[in-house]
Amino acid sequence: MARTPAELVGAQPGPPFRITFDGRAVTALPGQSVAAALWGAGILAWRTTRGGGRPRGAFCGIGQCYDCLATINGEPNRRACLVPARPGDAVTTQEGHGRAALGI
Amino acid sequence: MPLSASEPYDLAVIGAGSAGLAGAVTAGELGLSVALLDTSAQTGGQFYRTPAPALGAVRPEALHHDWSAYTDLRRRLARSDVVRHLPGHHVWSVTKDEEEGAGVGAGDGLWAVHAVTGADGGGERPVRVRARAVLLATGACERQLPFPGWTLPGVVGAGGAQAMLKSGLVLPGRQIVVAGSGPLLLAVASSLAAAGAQVPAVVEASGYLRYARHPRALATNPHKAAEALLHGAALLWHRVRVRVRSAVTEVHGTDQVEAVTVTRLDRDWRPVPGSGRRIVCDALAVGHGLVPQIELATTLGCATRPLSDGTRALTLDDLQETSVRGLWAAGETGGVGGAQLARVEGELAAVAVAARILGRPAHGGRVRELGRRRDRMRAFADAMAAVHAPGPGWPRWLTDDTAVCRCEEVTAGRVREAIEDLGARDARTVKLLTRAGMGWCQGRMCGAAVACLAARGQPAEPPADRRPFATPVPLSALAVLDAPDTPFVTEPEGSADAPGGHTTTASGPDASPGDG
Repeated sequence: MARTPAELVGAQPGPPFRITFDGRAVTALPGQSVAAALWGAGILAWRTTRGGGRPRGAFCGIGQCYDCLATINGEPNRRACLVPARPGDAVTTQEGHGRAALGI
Repeated sequence: MPLSASEPYDLAVIGAGSAGLAGAVTAGELGLSVALLDTSAQTGGQFYRTPAPALGAVRPEALHHDWSAYTDLRRRLARSDVVRHLPGHHVWSVTKDEEEGAGVGAGDGLWAVHAVTGADGGGERPVRVRARAVLLATGACERQLPFPGWTLPGVVGAGGAQAMLKSGLVLPGRQIVVAGSGPLLLAVASSLAAAGAQVPAVVEASGYLRYARHPRALATNPHKAAEALLHGAALLWHRVRVRVRSAVTEVHGTDQVEAVTVTRLDRDWRPVPGSGRRIVCDALAVGHGLVPQIELATTLGCATRPLSDGTRALTLDDLQETSVRGLWAAGETGGVGGAQLARVEGELAAVAVAARILGRPAHGGRVRELGRRRDRMRAFADAMAAVHAPGPGWPRWLTDDTAVCRCEEVTAGRVREAIEDLGARDARTVKLLTRAGMGWCQGRMCGAAVACLAARGQPAEPPADRRPFATPVPLSALAVLDAPDTPFVTEPEGSADAPGGHTTTASGPDASPGDG
């Protein structure tokens, strides 16, 4: 019986690579979305809401709900469940509407 | 493929899932030039969502049923030199240019399909694909009913858990309760368990015995019973317990899921007092059925029909055409019925489109046979919708501080205030008073729940949402529409290997695909 999803489908991915989440190193596999890489590292939340500052992560997994918005390489409001992870990506927790850097 | 730069495609298919793929390859085989647009980098839609090629999955079929049907469609697409697959294209609007007379019939006008490109639509490169006919195969999204704690990290959509597993080979936790209503739950639970998760329980709010009220639909769709048995056997094998007539009514935990409370329901989905049981888990995958994704069509004025599960689908004729001439639909857009039905409808729509464009009548053995199969499976889909329709008592799960709208953080208390104190009677008025449904997802997550609450226990009038933008569009993409001198931009990476070999697509006004 498979113990992991990768075992189930007999995955033979290319070499894993590193991204960072709030400065912490996270291992990603080629082909994974940013959200999948974070889930793989046990990280389920990477955004705080505008009103209550509550943590959120991927919910619908298909780009419909926008709960998974993240700041990726300084760019806010990227849908982490759709964006492929690339080596060296810096993912940071998105706070509020994600435009804090603009001072608005 | 259009023969020259100024020539439109015969057919634009929106969505490369089961319905769209079947429609596109069939239309191609019947001699039409076809553009197949899809948001994803790969074909297959949600049902046949597969790991990215770089993950090197040797046995992707281990996560799927009916795999050969997909590989057949994929093979036919790869073989086609007239179907052009446009991955990473997020369609935000479909419009009609009435002044041009090159449509499916004299004076019919041409369709323009507007899309932005990139993995999440952030490529900011606007694309306009023009076509004589359009086939909408946009599928469905999950229906969610709120309950206390459902915004906690670790609570994910049942379809969302399935999607993340199929594409990224990851799980949201080790012990995952699966809850909600509908046949998707069994499929999700068996694939999570097969992939190594412990599934302490599957919690179904309806009762499967209700299917016995639809003997005819059951008898004529034996493959559906076989599918259910297959999932049932898998769950037995993994020792997963299925609790019917129950719901997760609360999630416990501060920063992430620690446990859920499962409560028995009466026939109206009202929680039975004192029946709550706590189940330890670190994730919850939840969904209450699927909602047809029809906003591109309703914005164009297509007629819709209410379904017995409280959702709304497109009204279609015998040959899958919507009430708007030249606009066809297939699959879940006409009511949720599964991948097999979607393939049949996609094929039927393609035959009808080809007949219209080539000026031939659409009849004959193939049309009759496809129509018969469609009607048989539609009957089962209608029975399924009735069995899993949310009961009127579910709002009793809600406390006043339960978030209903996830984006705008609107609580059940504020929604109730809008309804009881301010007189709102429909989702639209609640939205204007509270901002529920005004956030990023534009009500896709909360719309069904808000409509239900606004109906105050009466059958809700399902909202036929009109959204001029089916996906967020950067202002820069809109600005380009009015700039006549916009330079052509080359195709994004990953689509240059699309069948047909054209490597550029025009952007900007009055440009056709194939330019450059």
